[in-house]
Amino acid sequence: MNLKTMNKTTRSNMITYLMVIVAFVIVQVMMAGGNISSSLKGQLVPICAYIVMAISLNLTVGVLGELSLGHAGFMSAGAFSGVVAAQCFSQNINNPVLVLILAMIVGGIVAAIVGVLVGVPVLRLSGDYLAIVTLAFGEIIKGIVNNLFVGLDSNGLHFCMIKNTLEMDTDGKLLINGPMGLLGIPRIATFTMGFVLIMVCLIVIFNLVNSKSGRAIMALRDNKIAAQSVGINVTNYKLMAFVISAAMAGMAGVLFATNFSTVVASKFDINTSILVLVFVVLGGLGNMRGSIIAATVLTVLPEMLREFSEYRMLVYAIVLIVMMLATNNPTLKNALGSFGAKVTGIFKKKPAKGDNANG
Amino acid sequence: MKMKKVIATALVGFMAMGMLAGCGGGNDTQKDNQQGGDAVAAIKVGGTGPLTGGASIYGLAVQRGAEIAIEEVNAKGGIQFEFKMEDDAHDTEKAVNAYNALKDWGMQLSLNSVTTAPGTATSDLNFEDRIFGLTPSASGTGVTEGKDNVFQMCFADPNQGSASAQYIADQKLGTKIGIIYKNDDAYSSGIYQTFQAKAADLGLNIVSTTTFTTDSQNDFTVQLQDAKNAGADLLFLPMYYDAASLILGQAATMDYAPKFFGVDGMDGILTLEGFDTALAEGVMLLTPFSADAEDDRTKAFVAKYQDLYGEIPNQFAADAYDCIYALHQACEAAGATADMTAAELNDLMIEQFTSMSFDGLTGAGATWSENGQVNKDPKGMVIQGGVYVGM
Amino acid sequence: MEFLFNLISGISLGSIYAIIALGYTMVYGIAKMLNFAHGDVIMVGAYICFFATARYGLNPLLGVLLSMVVCTVLGIVIERLAYKPLRQAPALAVLITAIGMSYFLQNAAQLLWTSSPKVFPSVVKGSVKLFDGALSVSFVTIVTILVCVIIMVALVLFVNKTRIGKSMRAVSEDKGAAQLMGINVNSTISLTFAIGSALAAIAGVLLCSAYPTLVPTTGAMPGIKAFTAAVFGGIGSIPGALIGGILLGIIEIFAKAYISTQLSDAIVFAVLIVVLLVKPTGLLGKKVSEKV
Repeated sequence: MNLKTMNKTTRSNMITYLMVIVAFVIVQVMMAGGNISSSLKGQLVPICAYIVMAISLNLTVGVLGELSLGHAGFMSAGAFSGVVAAQCFSQNINNPVLVLILAMIVGGIVAAIVGVLVGVPVLRLSGDYLAIVTLAFGEIIKGIVNNLFVGLDSNGLHFCMIKNTLEMDTDGKLLINGPMGLLGIPRIATFTMGFVLIMVCLIVIFNLVNSKSGRAIMALRDNKIAAQSVGINVTNYKLMAFVISAAMAGMAGVLFATNFSTVVASKFDINTSILVLVFVVLGGLGNMRGSIIAATVLTVLPEMLREFSEYRMLVYAIVLIVMMLATNNPTLKNALGSFGAKVTGIFKKKPAKGDNANG
Repeated sequence: MKMKKVIATALVGFMAMGMLAGCGGGNDTQKDNQQGGDAVAAIKVGGTGPLTGGASIYGLAVQRGAEIAIEEVNAKGGIQFEFKMEDDAHDTEKAVNAYNALKDWGMQLSLNSVTTAPGTATSDLNFEDRIFGLTPSASGTGVTEGKDNVFQMCFADPNQGSASAQYIADQKLGTKIGIIYKNDDAYSSGIYQTFQAKAADLGLNIVSTTTFTTDSQNDFTVQLQDAKNAGADLLFLPMYYDAASLILGQAATMDYAPKFFGVDGMDGILTLEGFDTALAEGVMLLTPFSADAEDDRTKAFVAKYQDLYGEIPNQFAADAYDCIYALHQACEAAGATADMTAAELNDLMIEQFTSMSFDGLTGAGATWSENGQVNKDPKGMVIQGGVYVGM
Repeated sequence: MEFLFNLISGISLGSIYAIIALGYTMVYGIAKMLNFAHGDVIMVGAYICFFATARYGLNPLLGVLLSMVVCTVLGIVIERLAYKPLRQAPALAVLITAIGMSYFLQNAAQLLWTSSPKVFPSVVKGSVKLFDGALSVSFVTIVTILVCVIIMVALVLFVNKTRIGKSMRAVSEDKGAAQLMGINVNSTISLTFAIGSALAAIAGVLLCSAYPTLVPTTGAMPGIKAFTAAVFGGIGSIPGALIGGILLGIIEIFAKAYISTQLSDAIVFAVLIVVLLVKPTGLLGKKVSEKV
């Protein structure tokens, strides 16, 4: 295909796919050559998970235009249900890739169900009220998972809340131990699976945005009343974007959790939600490519700052503030912009924020 | 919209730098390893722990305790150690990153992690990479379970819980027992679970069980009221001293004065800046270490720590100090050298730790079982007149 | 009696939430931004007061005044450096900057003052016994509630009766129109930050007097809960912040006492959701009609 004959959106999407594929190939080559540090290697799967979190949250915040502060809640729902599913499946299935795929599907479905439960009441609100309610839901999910005990034995799964009163056979093992979280997770996540998940999510999002539904969702964001007046069903379309976003976060949660041998519920708290929101805002609302880059850079950055030892997080905070000022203050922006115009060449056809949701 | 491009370019540049730095790091490590033999013959010991964030007091204590010990063992001559601590902010993900950074640095022996949840994840890597791990303070069972090369310097949580229940039953300290524990903390709820099971076996009467979380760690009036109404005459507090100090203060304003019984996390309460030690009068705790101990080693350690950091060391610092000495003792005994690979050291260490006996600040004659847990005697202490007195 | 005791504990906890929420709500009302760093200004205020009184033996009242001055300056500096350059920027950009500022303050505090907990010396000591000693209420609780009511009344009077208050209201209604009327919008916003930060200092001292463990993350969770309280009462409304804060405190204590200590946080947030579903702009929030 000729890049020049494609329309602007398709070309932009292609660049994004290409960028992800090239990054994947480079890392694979580096790994094959053995010249990749353990530090970077260890971060590959979490980076993939955060990228999926960022692009899925971008669907809610950038495309749908609603601020969510509870995205980690869906990640949590997906992670915990997915890992329990993985433990059950791995009794009968020996192929770890298949187990992971099935676990991701389960995690995605559970997160989607939670998404519906949250979305139906929440999406009636708007603005900061919606933000605080999503925050509240995130905290509720954390509170519930923190008190959940799940065990598995030959009779199947056992559940209980608050106190560990599970009565299991002697061969039973505890999968979720309340505040101690998931135990003995099979570490089946791989970088390749992370890459595949990113590509699948990108394909879903780009196709959604370019479809009739996607245009309806963006119309809602830009002017709800005008959109309503031409017969767009507000609740349905909002819910659709919200639930797809939740399902992807759930799958990201499964990917994330299966990279570690243990994960606790308090990992998925407001701080994680905010972290992902930072990726989205820094990468640009509605700009998927920006989210991918921002998620990668901001995940790697604290590791690169290890040189600063105890000043590490202080430097991180300063970098964050300076980045926001540089991208949003008119004076600084112009100063940087005139300098940058000389340097920039490859990102010429990048869509502007707000007027298009691709890239 | 020029700006977007600039930022995107800058970010891509950053990422590329990250990758190059990543690869550069790898090469450096290899170089380091090759040169390690002839330059300074020091065994590289690494550990992860929270150096920033809410739990940083524990990580910093471990770092400082270990550094003091490193200096002392290196001054003796013989086997030299080089020590590096990386920040994990009490988070599993960051702990794995920190562990990997240490691996790139060329870590040969590991202090695993300071706290339980991150320790469970990093000990898995210790096991896979065959790098020997001795954690100063990650007390959960998940840290050592199923991993032949990860050992603990502190008591495992179940041992603390059941030892406390046993102690209370043996000494007949209370007839009606109340418990407050931290619901979202692996350490606290781990001790609670075994305490409760053991208490049921021993026929102890638990009349009130309430919890709190990190998010609600300020108001304890409801929990205390519940225990008071149930007539609890002994309150078991398996938690760290910061929360315990609040509980003691609030109980005093409520005129509720049961016996208080703590675990090793309670150590540190007397040295809390601004704390009225009168509130802790009569508090009992099981702890392997007390900064007020009269033996020369403890006194020297406490003096040095205070001199360097202006604070009195808690048990985390003492555990870390002991870890370095234990590793040093094992290395000397096994004839380890700095040019051995991590895997070679690993096998030697496992052999030593399952057979040796170690005298440290946190207990004399400590031995280790094959499952990695330590056997030493917890000391029952009671606070009288602002100091610990053996019970 | 137990009910009464829990009620008083709840009101006391709620009063602290309310004072913090006042800071959130005033800044939101005027600058239309969520100042996530507010909780950390509280922590700074508490540390300043701690050092002034416990380390240098200053009179507690002077300590409180000093910490108010420091926080006010800090609030203005933060506003000038981090938020003012973003006045025209999208709300989300300001939110992220505020989060960055919150990280910055927490980490700076850890470097400056270490993470070892400090026990805050109680500014007011003792307790009063009621009903033949069956109920004991500490003076801190009483002072907290009183201070909260006084601040609240003073603020309402200030905003409604004074010239500056009037200009603050004007700016919150319509920035452009206020500017046309000759109101200096920038200094009005700075003043709001100054007042909010001074309140944060008081909140910090009260928070740590009631719950005296002071660490660099002390302000974070009360900050988020107070933000919740501000939304609960209707963000932008001063009486709303008071009612929201106190109700939140009572609900939290009652959920712990009568339902479950394990799930108390989840219950608090569930109540919040139900309230917002019934009254989508909070208890006292104004209903905003959308322009077509």
